[in-house]
Amino acid sequence: MENNGLNKVDLIFEKIDTKEVLIKAFKMSNAEIIQHMLDSGLKGRGGAGFPTGLKWKYTAAEPSPEKYIVCNADEGEPGTFKDREILDRVSNKVHGGMAIAGKAIGARSGIVYLRGEYRYLLPKLMIELDSFHKMIHEIGYDFNIEYRMGSGAYICGEESALFESIEGKRGEPRNKPPYPTVSGVFEKPTSINNVETLVTAVMIIFHGSKNFTQYGTKDSRGSKVFSVSGDTPTPGIFELELGMTVQHFVNEFGDGDTKAVQVGGASGFCVPRKKFAETIIGFEGVPTGGSMKLFNSSRSMYNVLHNYLDFFAEESCGQCTPCRVGCQQLLKGVEKVKKGESKSTYLTELMKLADTMKIAAKCGLGQSVGNAFKSIVSNFKEEIIY
Amino acid sequence: MYQVGNLVKELSDKHGHTRENLIPILQDIVHKYNYLTDEAMVEVAKELDISAAEVYGTASFYTFLDTQERGKYVIRICKTITCSMKGKSDIIHTLEDILKIKVGETTADKQFSLIETNCIGWCHKAPAILINDMPYTELTPEKVSEIIKDYMKK
Repeated sequence: MENNGLNKVDLIFEKIDTKEVLIKAFKMSNAEIIQHMLDSGLKGRGGAGFPTGLKWKYTAAEPSPEKYIVCNADEGEPGTFKDREILDRVSNKVHGGMAIAGKAIGARSGIVYLRGEYRYLLPKLMIELDSFHKMIHEIGYDFNIEYRMGSGAYICGEESALFESIEGKRGEPRNKPPYPTVSGVFEKPTSINNVETLVTAVMIIFHGSKNFTQYGTKDSRGSKVFSVSGDTPTPGIFELELGMTVQHFVNEFGDGDTKAVQVGGASGFCVPRKKFAETIIGFEGVPTGGSMKLFNSSRSMYNVLHNYLDFFAEESCGQCTPCRVGCQQLLKGVEKVKKGESKSTYLTELMKLADTMKIAAKCGLGQSVGNAFKSIVSNFKEEIIY
Repeated sequence: MYQVGNLVKELSDKHGHTRENLIPILQDIVHKYNYLTDEAMVEVAKELDISAAEVYGTASFYTFLDTQERGKYVIRICKTITCSMKGKSDIIHTLEDILKIKVGETTADKQFSLIETNCIGWCHKAPAILINDMPYTELTPEKVSEIIKDYMKK
């Protein structure tokens, strides 16, 4: 790789003729499209990283006559703003990805769930969706997309909470199984994919899966759009080849005084300076939906942790006890230690609570609160106590 | 307080009288009036033939479906980490000074409400706020005063 281990790629925002790609895809058999995704090694770009080809394969295998493609555009993870940029600049590729996914799994309907904070984009997106529907019609294919808006609930980015919200209910996650591929929105088999995943799928059809596998590593194929913010001279959106270390990343984006990088947002992991060189950004190291926040030595990691815990305490849906009570107790706990009302050894108890939440919480929100908590507390203990 | 009149009926006819249309209906009411009154929620319940408790239960789950009175312009200030690091407090002080209210309050003339919110996805251009649907980014106290003064003239 060039440029100190950092390779900039231009796939997501590359200008292509979406119509041509769709014509190419519609000529393939459903199994062929799915095989392309499996060969490419593409994993979901929302953060969880489930193999896209498998998700489509499982949904395709369901016998139901009615199925759905849902595009998860409820981008709420602190520090992530790539999906807004993708929808703003290349919505045609997002809609195209939904149609290709729809063809692969046998769905004629797609729903985009867009977060309420991005409502200002809607008028423009409606015009672009109109021309997309016209184009699909010209090709002689039948696929319809509608938009549903979120209303300011982070938890609705969790797939089953998002389905509940589309159905007009409180966004409370469901028990799994059944998984969405079997019973998703309106209890129909559903493939729910992130905005960036759908665009990547279009590019895999366009360039071929072999072209895609030349980028990245065995566990993290391809490239990814990163949202870079915090203490950096160059905040913004960057598409980079996967496989770099945090050190490579800091060399490019740091301000010369970076002491920690939070990879994957509030639900992700904090990487301290001493681990920059050994930590790979990707599924073999620390995974991310794209959020990369840099902190320099002027920042208090207590404030960072407090901000994240405050966020989770507010955004927990309150349905299950480990998460509802756990988030509150972690927040109160670090406040007490900071004020000297509890001994520093209390942090060990809080670490155990974070472990319990990982095992006992119902959904990804509660299960991942411990990621930031444990990685910040264990690496910056002094800053939490004093 | 606003009078819902025929609005709920019109919206239910437009979106449909089934449960999956509850949130779009509530969103459209909020889009017009910025919050939901008890009367509006009861009307929606009647139109969709569900209990008013179901409507309130759903509305109260979502922070953007406010059930307490809000002004014509709802200012949401992002309080998540990057905006906090990049001067969110200065923006709040400036807004509180101009509007003569504290965070969580609404001006006496019911024009502006000031509230904090979680990450709105503008971390690379922090600090950021939303005024109703519109994002304003890379704010300074001077820039935000200009923006609010423009809204005051509307």
